[in-house]
Amino acid sequence: MTVEFKEKFIEKILLLIAFSSISILALIAFFIFGEGLPLIWKIGPKTFLLGGRWVPGQGEFGILPMIIGSFWVTFGALLLGLPLGLACAIFLCEWTPPWAGMILRSAIQVLAGIPSVIYGFWGLVVLVPLVRNYLGGPGLSILSGSLILSIMILPTIISISEDSLKALPPSYKAGALALGATHWETIWRVLVPAARSGIVASIILGMGRALGETMAMIMILGNAVKMPSSFLDSARTLTTNIGIEMGYATGDHRQALFATGVILFLIIMFLNTLAIVLSRRRVG
Amino acid sequence: MDNTIAECALRIAEYKNYFKGTMISTKYQAPNHKQISHPPHPSPLPSGERDGVRGRWALAFGIYLIFGIWKLGLLLFLMVISMTMGCQRSKAGITVAGSTSVEPFAELLAEEYMHLHPRSHIYVQGGGSSAGIQAVRSGAAQIGMSSRSLIGREKSLYAVLIARDAIAIIVHPKNPVIDLPLVKVREVFTGRIKNWKELGGADRTITLVTREEGSGTREAFQKLVMGKEEIALEALVQDSNGAIRQVVAGDPNAIGYISLGLVNEKVRALKISGVVPDFENIKNGRYHLVRPFLFVFTGEPSGEAKSFLDFVMSPEAQKLLTREGLVPALSKSSGG
Repeated sequence: MTVEFKEKFIEKILLLIAFSSISILALIAFFIFGEGLPLIWKIGPKTFLLGGRWVPGQGEFGILPMIIGSFWVTFGALLLGLPLGLACAIFLCEWTPPWAGMILRSAIQVLAGIPSVIYGFWGLVVLVPLVRNYLGGPGLSILSGSLILSIMILPTIISISEDSLKALPPSYKAGALALGATHWETIWRVLVPAARSGIVASIILGMGRALGETMAMIMILGNAVKMPSSFLDSARTLTTNIGIEMGYATGDHRQALFATGVILFLIIMFLNTLAIVLSRRRVG
Repeated sequence: MDNTIAECALRIAEYKNYFKGTMISTKYQAPNHKQISHPPHPSPLPSGERDGVRGRWALAFGIYLIFGIWKLGLLLFLMVISMTMGCQRSKAGITVAGSTSVEPFAELLAEEYMHLHPRSHIYVQGGGSSAGIQAVRSGAAQIGMSSRSLIGREKSLYAVLIARDAIAIIVHPKNPVIDLPLVKVREVFTGRIKNWKELGGADRTITLVTREEGSGTREAFQKLVMGKEEIALEALVQDSNGAIRQVVAGDPNAIGYISLGLVNEKVRALKISGVVPDFENIKNGRYHLVRPFLFVFTGEPSGEAKSFLDFVMSPEAQKLLTREGLVPALSKSSGG
């Protein structure tokens, strides 16, 4: 056996293993679409996507409140999480002394490792009463959900933004400083715009994480199937709709939950593709 | 200038290796500020001999990996086979499936039964009343658990009332409202009454808490309280009795419904038209929010299923259920 042959052999085997993991994705997609699409066709894509009432008992499957709910919660999480995350990334990249950086980075890793049910429980016990007592409403609300989610997406935003800031050529910073810009001007006018694509990708991946979160949201959002009208209203997201009702669902109801999964799948795929495209298009 | 040349040289060396298709031992490190003064020293190219050794190790590892996984799979497969066969041989097993409201009680009974009959095994599964009845029809389960009366085609099945459970309307203990007529409860849950003020309470918006679509408790509540009316869509939805209790215990403006057996000191069960939801009133039929817990069979039960049913209907088992907050089936006015 020649060396080349062995190399080829190993290469092929690793290729096979790599593809087997992708084939699982294909299998999942195939199954979800196979279960969900028939129902979407049956009741019509328009009624399904734009229907405002979700009453499975009466055969009404409209997921617009969930779509709106998902976007409210995600938008809220970004609104709170993005400034925090970006500021943290800039600080880590530009000012942090090595010892502090080490502590901060490992703390962020811990943040990423906390199970979502813990976030949910903490939110339910600490955050929800605070919101209820000081702002009114049931407490189980979009605001509480967004607050929790903003913490949950921080690790994603921080680590990817920091990486993209670090990947910039040192000449950018040197050039800006040489032209007489202050440190802050350099960061805000040169470094952040130059790392734009990576930062946007981090936002989109954070969005994906926020959209996909289920357990914590079941515990905190209150899951009402009504079009939310304020940040203090309860809401239901696409994921919690599946999570909360799958236990008993049969027949059309079950298929409608898979159909919800189809929509979620499409949204997440779209966001991830967007993130990949944007992060490829590097400036500089 | 020197640094850049050194870097380029290193990269070219790397690419050459790459295109030759041999293993690369060169570890290219991204230049950072500290290394600029010391140009990185290119590592020696891997010799053919070392390459061969590595390749062999990798090959061995690959084979080990594949055969290892294969063997593990085989092992698991054999284990599963032997376990299922072992179970079938040594223990007569029956499956009890259905309502998640009945499930915890059935588990308790099954445990007790298996204690008395060590050779038998009873598998208890959830899934909901409808799923349980379906499972009995299809033969996937020998006994179905239902927390509602049989409807339509299901009536052809053989059902036995094993106990009754009351649904309590619960509020926060600090809520001044302690008694509501059933009509008012319905008005509240349809969303027509929105403020506690209208019911003699504080000037606060009512927070409705309900179970998710498909839950047996929700179905029972729908039938017993709501009738043809719909539970308001703005109601908060929780996916278990415990979660509802948790929300109501934390929110002074909330109202919800759970199994009477699960009411504790953190919440208060409302009187309905002056009737306290307790054992006496359920037994004498004055408290109406009661649902049946049924065991469902395809026909007259026999064998292991009959033996389990006999145990469940025995005074000891019924006493056990009473202790857990249910009303025994043996008491009078049994129906449903």
